[in-house]
Amino acid sequence: MTRPTDPSAIDGKLAAPEARADVLVIGAGPAGTAAAIEAAAQGAQVVLVDENPVDAQLMGLDTPLLFGGRMSGAVQRGGRLIEALVAANPALEQAAELGVDVRMGVTAWGLYVNGQGLRALPAPMVGLADADRSWMCGFDRLVLATGARDVALAFQGWDQPGVVGAAGLHALLQRYDAFTGRRVVVLGSGELGIGTALMAQGRGLEVAAVIETLEHSPASPEQLATLAAAGIPLLTGHTPRRAEGGRDGVERLVVTTDRGGEITFDCDTICLAVGLAPAVELLNAAGGRIVSDGERGGHAPALSGWATSLPGVFAAGDCAGLTASEAEAADQGRQAVRQALGRPAEGAPRRGADAWAYQRAWHGALTRDADPSLIVCQCEAVTRGDLLELRAPRYLGEPTAAAEARNLGSLIADGPPNQDQVKRLTRAGMGPCQGRRCREQVALTLAQAAGVSPADVPLALHRPPVRPLPLKVMADWNETAAMTEGWEIWFAIPGQWAAYDDIGTEREFVTPFGGEG
Amino acid sequence: MADGATKGASVIVVGGGVTGLSAAWWLARSGVDVLVLDKGVVGWEASGRNGGGASHYHSPLFHEEQRLWPQMDALLGYPTEYQRERVIFALTESDLAAYQGMAAEGRKLGYSVSDLDAKQVRELVPMASQANLGGVHLHYGGHANPQRTVQAYAWALQDLGGRIAQHAPVSDIVEAGGRVVAVETPAGRIGCDALVIAAGPQTSMLLAKVGLRLPLGFGRAEMIVTEPAPLMKIGGVDGNGLYGRQTLRGNLAFGGGPHEWIEMTLDGPAARPTSPLTRNLARRVAELMPGAAHLRLIRSWAGVIENTPDGRPVLDRLENPANMVVATMSSVGFGLSPATGHAVRDLVLDGRCSFADLGKLKLSRFENIRDDWLEQRGWLPPEQRATSAPPSWE
Repeated sequence: MTRPTDPSAIDGKLAAPEARADVLVIGAGPAGTAAAIEAAAQGAQVVLVDENPVDAQLMGLDTPLLFGGRMSGAVQRGGRLIEALVAANPALEQAAELGVDVRMGVTAWGLYVNGQGLRALPAPMVGLADADRSWMCGFDRLVLATGARDVALAFQGWDQPGVVGAAGLHALLQRYDAFTGRRVVVLGSGELGIGTALMAQGRGLEVAAVIETLEHSPASPEQLATLAAAGIPLLTGHTPRRAEGGRDGVERLVVTTDRGGEITFDCDTICLAVGLAPAVELLNAAGGRIVSDGERGGHAPALSGWATSLPGVFAAGDCAGLTASEAEAADQGRQAVRQALGRPAEGAPRRGADAWAYQRAWHGALTRDADPSLIVCQCEAVTRGDLLELRAPRYLGEPTAAAEARNLGSLIADGPPNQDQVKRLTRAGMGPCQGRRCREQVALTLAQAAGVSPADVPLALHRPPVRPLPLKVMADWNETAAMTEGWEIWFAIPGQWAAYDDIGTEREFVTPFGGEG
Repeated sequence: MADGATKGASVIVVGGGVTGLSAAWWLARSGVDVLVLDKGVVGWEASGRNGGGASHYHSPLFHEEQRLWPQMDALLGYPTEYQRERVIFALTESDLAAYQGMAAEGRKLGYSVSDLDAKQVRELVPMASQANLGGVHLHYGGHANPQRTVQAYAWALQDLGGRIAQHAPVSDIVEAGGRVVAVETPAGRIGCDALVIAAGPQTSMLLAKVGLRLPLGFGRAEMIVTEPAPLMKIGGVDGNGLYGRQTLRGNLAFGGGPHEWIEMTLDGPAARPTSPLTRNLARRVAELMPGAAHLRLIRSWAGVIENTPDGRPVLDRLENPANMVVATMSSVGFGLSPATGHAVRDLVLDGRCSFADLGKLKLSRFENIRDDWLEQRGWLPPEQRATSAPPSWE
């Protein structure tokens, strides 16, 4: 006997996924491509999706990387770009030859797995979209190889074209061959900063300098020697003060020392290379367990081998913990698939220098004596002063005296620092870039105000869709009949909207639809 | 928990959602020493995750809701983003009839409603479908920002000397001589002269501690939000099976559609995920307002709410324990909260509500409900399905 069901509940209304894969791999970088090849070699039916080439308008929102408005018109030509992307990653062709269904220009915007608070899914599935439409792809095993994204930190003038992230610069130079800058200053002299400077020079850019706020670069002597041999000046103990520019963005960067001297570098690009964050958006939004682990780059998946806390979901490459090389990432991708298929697997994510400590040092230096008018959240124009004073947005009018008396300190006095709470009040991180440009620096600001380590500020939650996609693309134009027929505005409890005076009369259950109101 | 929070209070309110915070604020306005205890952060559950609507003609608290909202920013001293009025328009004849029927209820209660033709709808909601069949314009009701409002209550309460302890879950209620004398928390026992339970889904579990049965089902409902659009003349917009609002920033926030019944514990929901329902919501918003179809969807969220069997609140000063008030709003709590707080204040201090008859909202109406009512109604979680199938190629 079947039990009674509530006709307006979700049971049976969500459609089965339109597509499916034995093994679905998100991200066709080194880890994802190797994972797809390994899975295909094991006989699995494999779908490999990658969001590149990213829609030019999304790139303008610094999504998914900090492109800093330095992309050329080439990013408008999708077809040509796919050729360039395949040429830049020969393993993709190998994957296709092995029967992997390779989908370029396809974004994964949501991961849905039955678990706590959600049991209605007919199957585990990932939401995918191209430029025109979205669909769901079911999977038996999922490998997240979503890479890492840029960590941005504000300084005066950073909100103009020409301030790019290390990952954004790398993508524009290496993957897209669509970078418009010529002369760059790199901020940060860790592995990432030095690697970025050398890569940029190798691609024909002039690297004016690498700037390091610490007294000593955290890079190894070998890396420093390579940088010196390349003739790239390294200035330690120097801190960026402001980017100056004109109509086309950055033209100069002014840096200072603790002793006060100013140095000006002419440049059209400033590259933030103080950190990358493992791209855990999909996993976090699906309720997968994330841990704070500075040695893996920040917030990273809780892993058992390569398995995340979600059944059937694995992670490899930079999103599992920042890797040192493409070969390392590729090996992780292969190992993750072996584990996913129940075969012996080995290895563990790489542990590097503590990302929190380095980002905290940079954030501290950049915010020392910073003007309160410094923009932190570009989408919502939230300044550092707004954050510290916990100020409501200007469109809500002049603050009352009571509101003036509230600040970040008084909020923290009432409970541990909580970025989602600050987000709700100040709107920092609530804009169309989905907090990509300010997430880490708001967390660092909270840690600073609370006197705790950024490692102890809980991750602000990601929510699907983890890419900002148009309603018409996201829309399900082909929903189930059960969804259409059983759709109600609210719980549809008989009599819930009855006028109070009608309760207990013959009119109690005939009151027309009322809406949630 | 902040220092000093564990000192006893004249009135303890369990639950720092809109209902509990408004009640505490009203009590503090009357000079009562009040302490709010929340299991987590204020407004973290459905109070901060809802449509923000404030047009509840069906409620005995409706008149007080309408009287108070226009004053709330001034009374609280913090912005709630309250905007008066609402437009509800139809894409089908049956929806139009329903909306007109609802408008009739508002008129019957003495409130002004205009009927709109399709062109008038588009003057107020420029992004609306050209194929709309007209609708109604409520010159009352409206909407506010749930997250701002909940924080405004909390801060206004503190400004009056009220205390809030976050991360202070109540695990038990201590009685003596037919009265509540204290509650148990991880920080120890906290004494009180009166107790208000306004703990949303946890209300039933807390009542069980004193041997009372409050039948509740627990549902998860979803909403979506877009990037900002140009401000419309009226931000509160419903239709096509959706409720929604445009924030003063311009974002469109819309919800509606099927809920999922979920399991609940005293600790609260383990997670508040959204589902691919996001796509069905996106479709309905794009149909209702084709002019918004190009807008980027930037977030989805879910809230978990409790429902009584008849979908109506329990607002009741109990007979035993005699110093205890129960307040659950059965999934419709945000908009009514200014009035609910007033009612709870009256029940605590005066034993009866000064401005509305609450006689039909007593707990005792559920005395004879069957133990298996949730199952009978189909209000149980979907049957667990396999989370992932074994690899099919092996």
